[in-house]
Amino acid sequence: MPSNVMERYAALLAEAQGAGARQEAAGGIRIQIGSATCENAAGAGEVCDEFERHIRASGRTDIQIHRTGCTGRCSCEPIVGVFMPGQMPVKYQLVDRQKAHRIFASHVLEGTPVRDLILDADAGGIHKYEFFFCGAERCGRLLKRNFGEIFRDKLARTDVDPSTIGVVFTNCFGLCSDDQVGTATHVLVRPGKIIYRVTTEADLDEIIESHIRHDRPVDRLRISDHPVNQGFFDLYGDVSFFNLQTRLALRNSGVIDPESLQEYLACKGFLALARVLDRGDRLAVIDEITRSRLRGRGGGGYPTGMKWQLGHDAPGDVKYIICNADEGDPGAFMDRSMLEGDPFSVIEGMMIGGYAIGARQGFFYVRAEYPLAVRRIENAIRLLRGAGLLGENILGSDFSFDLDIRLGAGAFVCGEETALIRSIEGKRGQPRIRPPYPTQQGLFKKPTVINNVETFANIPVILQYGASWFHQIGTPDSGGTKVFALAGKVRHTGLVEVPMGSTLREIVFDIGGGVARNRQIKAVQTGGPAGGCIPAEQLDTPVDFDTLGRLGSIMGSGGMIVMDQDDCMVDIAKYFLTFTENESCGKCTPCREGTKRMLEILERITRGQGTPEDVPRLERLAKLVKKASLCGLGRAAPNPVLSTLRYYRQEYEAHVVEKRCPALRCVALVHYEISPEKCVGCTVCARNCPVTCISGQRRQPHVIDQLRCVKCGRCFEVCRFEAVARK
Amino acid sequence: MTAIARTDNRQEVLAAARAELPVDIVAFIEDCRRQEHPESNLIAVLHRVQEHFGYLACEKLDAVAQLMNIPAAKVAGVATFYHYFRMQPRGKLMINVCMGTACYVKGAEKVVDRIREELGIDFGQTTTDGVFSLNSALCLGTCGLAPVVMINDEVHGKVTPDQVPALLEKAMLKARQSMEEA
Repeated sequence: MPSNVMERYAALLAEAQGAGARQEAAGGIRIQIGSATCENAAGAGEVCDEFERHIRASGRTDIQIHRTGCTGRCSCEPIVGVFMPGQMPVKYQLVDRQKAHRIFASHVLEGTPVRDLILDADAGGIHKYEFFFCGAERCGRLLKRNFGEIFRDKLARTDVDPSTIGVVFTNCFGLCSDDQVGTATHVLVRPGKIIYRVTTEADLDEIIESHIRHDRPVDRLRISDHPVNQGFFDLYGDVSFFNLQTRLALRNSGVIDPESLQEYLACKGFLALARVLDRGDRLAVIDEITRSRLRGRGGGGYPTGMKWQLGHDAPGDVKYIICNADEGDPGAFMDRSMLEGDPFSVIEGMMIGGYAIGARQGFFYVRAEYPLAVRRIENAIRLLRGAGLLGENILGSDFSFDLDIRLGAGAFVCGEETALIRSIEGKRGQPRIRPPYPTQQGLFKKPTVINNVETFANIPVILQYGASWFHQIGTPDSGGTKVFALAGKVRHTGLVEVPMGSTLREIVFDIGGGVARNRQIKAVQTGGPAGGCIPAEQLDTPVDFDTLGRLGSIMGSGGMIVMDQDDCMVDIAKYFLTFTENESCGKCTPCREGTKRMLEILERITRGQGTPEDVPRLERLAKLVKKASLCGLGRAAPNPVLSTLRYYRQEYEAHVVEKRCPALRCVALVHYEISPEKCVGCTVCARNCPVTCISGQRRQPHVIDQLRCVKCGRCFEVCRFEAVARK
Repeated sequence: MTAIARTDNRQEVLAAARAELPVDIVAFIEDCRRQEHPESNLIAVLHRVQEHFGYLACEKLDAVAQLMNIPAAKVAGVATFYHYFRMQPRGKLMINVCMGTACYVKGAEKVVDRIREELGIDFGQTTTDGVFSLNSALCLGTCGLAPVVMINDEVHGKVTPDQVPALLEKAMLKARQSMEEA
């Protein structure tokens, strides 16, 4: 009975919304604390205990702690949000026990926010109302003038105190139907989660008059739709690190409790699945995904719709769908964050994929290094089985599906699909030659579709908001967004989700806040050990699968490490080769031997023992390994070498010809000297030197014995007079 | 026709294998064997064995091989392929220094040097008193806190070489406390 599906879904939803509404009606105060691995490492657990203690001590029953996943603003963690009924949410950064005490005493109990602890406090004060204008590009291009700008001008001409009203431009909400594009703009107002559809300037006047001056929302303009990132903007829209992002895959991370199925349902969770099952047309699902131009987020960029089509077309009754959560790239942690912050989205995407290809069984392949992610998935599976969303005849349809978790055991190569399959089969994770592709012959020799965590997290969004909406967010060849893990020498580290085609400059400077400590940016490394270094001159390149490929790097899973002038490119190449050499499974000779010999050459060069012939030798070998290796690991392993050779060949040459490391990073090629002019003879360096090779009288300039110096750099670090120079 | 004397010692071998492993793991294996593709659970079994004993001893691997009906050579092959599995006992406190890219560019090597200096051990080694083991991890996924050092399950972020002695001291105190409590 097709209609049965929607009815059953509606019943589940009503129950979830009822619970949420009761909570909201109770009008309590909510303290929100992240609880992903990184937040816990930064001390979120302690902070949570502190708040619980305070709540108990205060005897209040209307204060609740809400634990969410992570928002991806790593450098400010732990982040604590305080939500007072009818007031703007306030987020605090870098909270510890003491700060928790202050926040509780001042804000929670007395209603006075602690201003100096607010996240990005420099972003402005606390507003009475905040208006988020959808600033999607396609609307902006068609409108003569942006309604948000008009609104701001109008507001300035009134006697309303401008410091009490915030006007923010965000990315697309996904609310326009095609006929509204260019004529309507949607506005999210908080507090109150009100959404207006504005079509004329008179609408703006009315909002100012009624909503701002008389605190009466304009019902005429209100719509009941739910923008894709409403929950996220409602909490974090005022922070520039967040409002320049487009959160699709991460829409619920840091917003909902990842261990609560009800919270996921309440924000349209499983609506996409219910619609798919209600319609009962597998090919229509695949067609929608194909038209969305979603490409695999694990790094390969293979069109997801095409992969599903192959899986669907493969003959056989038994098929499998696998979620590849073996996120092994050093520097990438978006999959962990999604699994810890919003596991249900990923599962919903998997179920839809399973339905589309005709699989009854799915597997999560997760790194054993992510224990919290594993616990959250286990919990989600348990809850879903209990609610009848996993198991036989889901939502009363003819679709039966179940999930199982398989743990990895620390082998990077298992991210490669054929190696991953072997690992799930309980074997050594060694890749094999393709074809046959997994869609023809995969797990237990049955047709198998493998997609990445982020790919699956996007599926429900596409089916809710439509393929055409999704694909216009990205570039013509690649729809939607990509999550990047921004780290390294950048001011704001964390997870950044931006439309495909955004430039590196936007990501690193506009969102990431530029290079830390006011250093010069030198390069951006993308794609982890399979990627390459993109030099600062190329920062304006729009980022998608193809452009990064042309620059000699890859999208990869989305690690993005910013490097400054202190980073030596030869050293970075050596670092990645150390990684791939260690992770090479040893099956094929080019990779097993090639990575080892490349590493030996790089070690020689960084030790100052390289010869000028080493550079072309390295390049030849790298090209050979790239061409001749069996699987993606080996074929991509030379990328860090080739890309640094392409853009920073002069650095390699400085190492081998002048025996000099321009970035002063390679220990064997630098030495330390004490400037007699600057040294005041404080003896700190001499006392800290582990090999006591610094001599000198108190108040007299000191000298380093270069023969005994081990170049540990302690003297350089401890000198308070900048008298020690690294050369 | 004369009856051939039974030389099959399968039952004794299985009994001996069961005695090697804790009951819950034996039960888990038996549970797996009732499912489709039982051998696909080998890695899950090894995870459990390692969690229980701290490492994978030879005799435990043999027991797993017998109970799962997988050749011992294959079990050993799998156990040695994956970095996560250890064949040697480890110290009470496992120090995992993240050597991921973000940690590396933020000075993880200097932190490691300091740990080496303090404990006198290198990666993959255990101190003679059996307290500390040192390992390198390839990205713990907490790059925002680089450089990161994990001691058992506790993650320490933004570690500087100078914090190392205090960090080790604290971990040791905590371990001693929990041992006394137990």
